[in-house]
Amino acid sequence: MKKALAIGLAAAMAVTMTAPVYASDDSESGAGIAKEDLKIGAIYIGDENEGYTAAHMAGIDEMVENLGLDDSQVIEKTLIGEDEGCYDAAADLADQGCQIIFANSFGHETYILEAAGEYPDVQFCHATGTQAAASGLSNMHNYFTNIYEARYVSGVVAGLKLNEMIKDGTITEDNCKMGYVGAFPYAEVISGYTSFYLGAKSVCPSVTMEVKYTNSWASFDLEKECADALISDGCVLISQHADTTGAPTACETAGVPCVGYNIDMTSVAPNEALTSASMDWGVYYTYAVQCMLDGTAIDTDWCKGFSEGADKITPLNEKVVAEGTDEKVKEVEDALADGSLHVFDTSTFTVDGKELTTYKKDGSDTEYISDGYFHESEYGSAPAFDIAIDGITSITE
Amino acid sequence: MNKEPFLQVSKRRNKAGWQERLLIRFIALILALIVCGAVIVALVKMNPVDVYKAIWDGAMGSERRIWQTIRDTMVLLCIAIGLAPAFKMKFWNIGAEGQILIGGACSAAVMIYAGDKMSPVVLLIVMFVASALGGMIWGMIPAVFKAYWNTNETLFTLMLNYVAMQVVTYCIVFWENPKGSNTVGIINQTTQAGWLPELFGQKYGWNVLIVLILTVGMFIYLKYCKQGYEIAVVGESENTAKYAGIHVKKVIIRTMAISGAICGIAGFVIVSGASHTISTATAGGRGFTAIIVAWLSKFNTFIMVAVSFGIVFMNQGAVQIATQYGLNENASDVILGIILFFLIGAEFFINYRVKRAKK
Repeated sequence: MKKALAIGLAAAMAVTMTAPVYASDDSESGAGIAKEDLKIGAIYIGDENEGYTAAHMAGIDEMVENLGLDDSQVIEKTLIGEDEGCYDAAADLADQGCQIIFANSFGHETYILEAAGEYPDVQFCHATGTQAAASGLSNMHNYFTNIYEARYVSGVVAGLKLNEMIKDGTITEDNCKMGYVGAFPYAEVISGYTSFYLGAKSVCPSVTMEVKYTNSWASFDLEKECADALISDGCVLISQHADTTGAPTACETAGVPCVGYNIDMTSVAPNEALTSASMDWGVYYTYAVQCMLDGTAIDTDWCKGFSEGADKITPLNEKVVAEGTDEKVKEVEDALADGSLHVFDTSTFTVDGKELTTYKKDGSDTEYISDGYFHESEYGSAPAFDIAIDGITSITE
Repeated sequence: MNKEPFLQVSKRRNKAGWQERLLIRFIALILALIVCGAVIVALVKMNPVDVYKAIWDGAMGSERRIWQTIRDTMVLLCIAIGLAPAFKMKFWNIGAEGQILIGGACSAAVMIYAGDKMSPVVLLIVMFVASALGGMIWGMIPAVFKAYWNTNETLFTLMLNYVAMQVVTYCIVFWENPKGSNTVGIINQTTQAGWLPELFGQKYGWNVLIVLILTVGMFIYLKYCKQGYEIAVVGESENTAKYAGIHVKKVIIRTMAISGAICGIAGFVIVSGASHTISTATAGGRGFTAIIVAWLSKFNTFIMVAVSFGIVFMNQGAVQIATQYGLNENASDVILGIILFFLIGAEFFINYRVKRAKK
C-alpha cells in the first residue's frame, strides 16, 4: 500500500514538474516522436572491453531490437571521462539531433545536468545518479536497477555452496568466511555486499564476511591482488563489486569458488565461478525510448528489479553449484518478484547487536525503515543502504 | 673489396632555408598520411579518405566542435609555452603534469572555500594568482635542488608529478560531492562563481585571450630580453655562462619559477575555464604531450600554436572515428604516432644532407 502511494506521489510529482515545459513547448505536447525521426545518444565511461559498459551497450542493442529501430538511429560515444569531455559529448549529441541521451557513469552526472539545463527539449537519462529529482529539471532523469535483489539471489547460490562445503568437511561452520572485493566504500557498494551477505546468510546462518576495497571501479591487477589477500585471510568464497575479471582469475588459481558481477565469469574461472549478479539495462532503455515514442513523461527516478526482469543472475555453472540450487533460486526469485520477500528484512540482521528500527540519512527526513524492512531504492533510484551490519568486517586501511 | 656506401650523409653546413624546411616537413606530412592510409586499409578495410573526413568532421564539423578544438589547443599551447624556457635552458622539466595539478588544485580550493565570499572579478584574480603561485612553488622545488646540490631534475620533476597526484587525491576526500563518490563534480554549478565568463559572446574567449597574451609575451621574453638570452647561454653551456658572468643558479631558479607559474596558469585555465572540476586526470597527460609540442616548435611560441592545434585536431577527430566507425580511440593514437614519427624524422633531413654516393 505504502509502495503504491510512493509511486503515485512520484508520478504526480513528475507530472507537475514536467507540466510547464509541456505547456510551453509545442513539439513535445503532441503524440510523441515518430519512430523514424528518433535519434538516441549514449555516453559510456568505457567501451565494449569493459563489463559494465558492455552490459549497457547490450541493453541499447536490445532496445533497438525491441522497438524495431535502425542501428543508425543510435550514436554511441565510448571512453568518455568524468570531466568536461562528458559535457562536450552530451552537447555534441544534442547538436546532432538526439532527442534522448543516456550516460552511464556516476561521475558524469554534474556534466549531464549542465547539458540538461542548456537543452531543455532533450531528455537526459543518467544511470546510478542521485540528483535528478532535486535538480528541478524536468528533462533530467536517473535510473538504476534493483541490483541488490540479484546480489541477494547470487548470495543464496553462494550460501548453498558453503553448506555443501561444510557437509563435505572442506570447511567447518566456524570458519565459514566469505571475502568481498569492493570498489569504493560507498552506498552503492555497501548496499550490494550487504544484500549478497544476507542472501548467503538466509541459507547458511553461521557465515561471516570480510570486505576489502580497491578504490577503483575497474582495475584487473588491484582486484586480483585484493582477492588474493582475502583468500590468504582465510576467505573460502569470493564475490565482487568491481568491473573486471581480476577476482575470478585469482579464485581459479587458488581453487576458491566465486560469484561475479555484470558478466558470466565461467570463461575465466570454469572450475570456480558459480554465477554472476547482473542487470538487464535493456528493460529501462526500452521503457525510456518507448516513452519518447508515446510522448509520455519518463520517470524522474526509475528503479526496477526481478518484477520487471531488470535484474537477473547469469546461468548457473552446473559443474560448481551445490545440488538443488536451481530450485532454490527459482523460489527466491519468485518471492522477490511478487514482493513477499524483502532483501533488507530487519529481522534477518542486527546492527551492534540490536535490530534496526529506524534509519534516516543526514539532513533528510525520509524514514527508510517501515513494515519490517529497509526500503532500498524506493525514495531515489540510486542505492541508499549504507549501514554496517554485524557479521561483515570492512577493511578500509 | 671496395665497399662504397650507397648513400652519403653529411651535416649541412648552412642551415636549410625556411622554404626548404617547409618543403621537407610538407613532404613528411604527405608521406605520413599515405602510410596512415595504408595502415587503415590493411587493418580495418576502410576507405582512408572517409576516415580522414571523419577526423576533420570531428574536429571542425560544427561550431561547438571548433570551439572545443580551440579550447583544448589553448590548454596544450599554454603548457608548451610554460615548458619552453625550461627546455631551452636544457632543464628537463617533465613535471608539467604536477605543476598543472597543483595550479588546478589551488584554483579549485579558492572556488570551493571562497566562492561566495568575494566579488566575481576579485575571485578570478585570486584564483589566477593562487594557481600561478602554486605552480611556481612546485616548479621551483626541483630548481633549487638542481642549482645548489646538482640533483637530477628529470627524476625530481617526474617524481613530483606523483606527489601532486597524491595531494589532489587527498583534497578530493574533502571536496568530493556527493560524499563517497570520489569525484568532485562541477564546482559551484549553480552560482558559477570562479568560472571564466564569456568574452565577446564566446564561452572560451578568456582562455584564448590569456593564452595568446602568454604566447606573445613568451616569444618576446625568449627572443628579445636579456633574461631570455641568459637562458639560451645557460642551455648551451653552463661554463660559458659562468665565464660571461651570468649567475647560473639564479637563472635556473628564476626560469623554473616562470615555467612552473605558466603551467600553474594552465591549471587555472583548465579548472576555471573548461572543466570546472578537479581530479587526478585534470592534466590528463597533456604535460607530456606539451614536451613534444615545445621541441617540435624549437621553442618558437608561434609555431607552437600550429603544432598544438595539429595534435588536438587529431585527438578530437579520434572521438569521431570511434563513434562513427566503431573503431577504438586508439586508432587515432596510431595515426598520430605515424605522423609524429615522420615529422620528427623530417628533422634529420633538415639537419643533414643525403646524397647518392659518387663513384
